[in-house]
Amino acid sequence: MSVLVGFDTRLVVQGMSGSAGAFHAKQMVEYGTKVVAGVTPGKGGSKVAGLEQVPLYDTVEEAVRLAHANTTVIYVPPPYAADAILEAAAAGIETIVCITEGIPARDMIKVKYVLDNDYPGVVLVGPNCPGVITPGQCKVGIMPGYIHKPGGVGVVSRSGTLTYEVVGQLTKLGLGQSTAIGIGGDPVKGTDFIDALAWFANDPGTSSIFMIGEIGGDSEERAAQFIADHIDKPVAAFIGGQTAPPGKRMGHAGAIISGGKGAASDKIAALKAANIAVAQTPAEMGSTLAKVLASASVSA
Amino acid sequence: MKIHEYQGKQLFRKYGVPVPVGIAAMSAEEALAAIPKVQQQSGSEVVVVKAQIHAGGRGKGGGVKVAKTKADAEEAVKKIFGMQLVTPQTGPEGKKVQRLLVEQGLAIEHEYYLGMLLDRATGRNTVMASREGGMDIEEVAEKHPEKIIRMSINPATGWQDYQSRELAKALGITGKVANEFAAFMRPLTRAYDELDMSLLEINPMITTKDGKVLALDAKINFDDNAMFRHPELEELRDPNEEDPSEQEAKKWDLSYIALDGNIGCMVNGAGLAMSTMDIINFYGGSPANFLDVGGGATAEKVTAAFKIITSDPGVKAIFVNIFGGIMKCDTIAEGVIKAVKETGLKQPLVVRLEGTNVDLGKKMLAESGLNITAAADMADGAQKVVKAAKEQR
Ligand SMILES: Nc1ncnc2c1ncn2[C@@H]1O[C@H](COP(=O)(O)OP(=O)(O)OP(=O)(O)O)[C@@H](O)[C@H]1O
Ligand SMILES: [Mg+2]
Repeated sequence: MSVLVGFDTRLVVQGMSGSAGAFHAKQMVEYGTKVVAGVTPGKGGSKVAGLEQVPLYDTVEEAVRLAHANTTVIYVPPPYAADAILEAAAAGIETIVCITEGIPARDMIKVKYVLDNDYPGVVLVGPNCPGVITPGQCKVGIMPGYIHKPGGVGVVSRSGTLTYEVVGQLTKLGLGQSTAIGIGGDPVKGTDFIDALAWFANDPGTSSIFMIGEIGGDSEERAAQFIADHIDKPVAAFIGGQTAPPGKRMGHAGAIISGGKGAASDKIAALKAANIAVAQTPAEMGSTLAKVLASASVSA
Repeated sequence: MKIHEYQGKQLFRKYGVPVPVGIAAMSAEEALAAIPKVQQQSGSEVVVVKAQIHAGGRGKGGGVKVAKTKADAEEAVKKIFGMQLVTPQTGPEGKKVQRLLVEQGLAIEHEYYLGMLLDRATGRNTVMASREGGMDIEEVAEKHPEKIIRMSINPATGWQDYQSRELAKALGITGKVANEFAAFMRPLTRAYDELDMSLLEINPMITTKDGKVLALDAKINFDDNAMFRHPELEELRDPNEEDPSEQEAKKWDLSYIALDGNIGCMVNGAGLAMSTMDIINFYGGSPANFLDVGGGATAEKVTAAFKIITSDPGVKAIFVNIFGGIMKCDTIAEGVIKAVKETGLKQPLVVRLEGTNVDLGKKMLAESGLNITAAADMADGAQKVVKAAKEQR
């Protein structure tokens, strides 16, 4: 079992003829992902080198109608990415994974508003994220596939490369992953910790969870509360940026809106208060979860 | 991107947001010449001399002077121009004042706080306001959070007049002045949206004895991701406010922040970069910088990044920590080798490579003949680089 992506995923790659899109489309095909179509406006009908077996269309609508795509991954440059997300939702895609980094906040505010109101059933992961992988089944994004291994740990992370770090550590310890979700670090995004945690809670294939947060915002604090209230599975966590110097500030609004939340110490305290084991260094993420699992099996 | 108060007020004027009469000066002479002009244009004797730096709390640090006479104003100009202004937001070293705003002094009836920014929790822009505006707003926010009013902006409609009326009521702005307030908010919220601001703060927004509403301060940040839509705003950048290495990094679209330590870091991904700093600290070292080379970096970009790190004279050892995804390890290797060939390598270099094309990357480094210490993982690399930095002293 898994969440979001798996054997049923039929993937369309938006921006497949670009260099990042083409490179990662090939990697996804190699991993075993069913890449059923590519979309690049104006290039429909042509071929992408190395991906000759994948039809290229002008629109996502064609990818859905002709190739039965149900999931998209977006490698479109920032100025056009918001449009690409909305096109996918309008075409009936159920799961949208947006890799693009650097989308203006104003664009994402509108995208989020439209998705929430007009397409409540559509899941957006990202933007500015590494994607989603269900090891052994399906990889949607840019993560290196070979570090993963099928298993029971659900991973959710705000940071791309730290996700690889924890997955690499877990795999070395023999702890495979059910699904790893990079939710991305942008201020306005689709899936947040709480969404992913709820999916993992309901997924019979997920037996424990690792969560990676970062300084800033208060979604880790809210996630800690959610875990305390709703999740029985073992959870371990890490917060990046514990020694980051306070940014050079201008004005007071940032301090006022966060209401004193957002520092690594606040987040760690909130997690510990919810009985979640927090790794002390990024090198100990995997071993921290392993310890939690060992003590859980002793007491069970 | 941040801009100065006087630049913010110029934008306000363009949009029709009321601001005092004012002239910006790039030298003390210009500022002295501006005093009589401001007095004449505003028809009032009182002028305010304001230091223009990218930090708040200037009033508290002695960077804002209300002068009742021309002589007082001249004295203030001489005192403030060129001073090293220290405020709670500049750090102890302060910032050198190289620009001044000479402005009409207004008869303030009341000072309010007004801020706009994105609320991550709701994914919407939020207006925050308080009757307790002025220089102690953070204290108010901490001790009396109930005195800060927040109103969210609907992405479909934008800010509405009824919200201005509600907000006016909550702030105790009544009668005709409430209409002035609505007229103030309309262009302000439009400017925030159209110019892709990520922060807009007016502290204080004031009401005057004759019933006007004006912005006396303007702190504006623009969303860096949206700058491609506003090439004209690039001109407002003040290079004096930016660290030269940070500027060079910006040219290459690298995210770099100079720090005080002695271990140079090159990492991909902000989260891993921050955690690399965490683990260096954990093992008793101290990072010289934060540097995220980002996802789609080319070998040229990696070379530029490496040169920025090695140009910092405080760097005693270098840690390259890469877990490739979109970033390929062979690209990193190519960039590092090129940089070292061009500039030489004076410091010990510890490299940890993992992820996309890792074997190729490792092979390239091994065959380059460079003196590189390979690290098995992040902890190993951090320990090795901390040790190397200590031995260099
Ligand atoms: N044009 C003006 N006329 C009269 N008083 C003024 C004027 N400009 C500023 N002041 C006074 O000086 C104070 C400080 O000025 P301002 O808010 O611009 O600087 P600041 O200290 O950097 O602000 P902050 O603390 O919000 O960062 C204001 O609160 C106001 O009382
Ligand atoms: Mg102020």
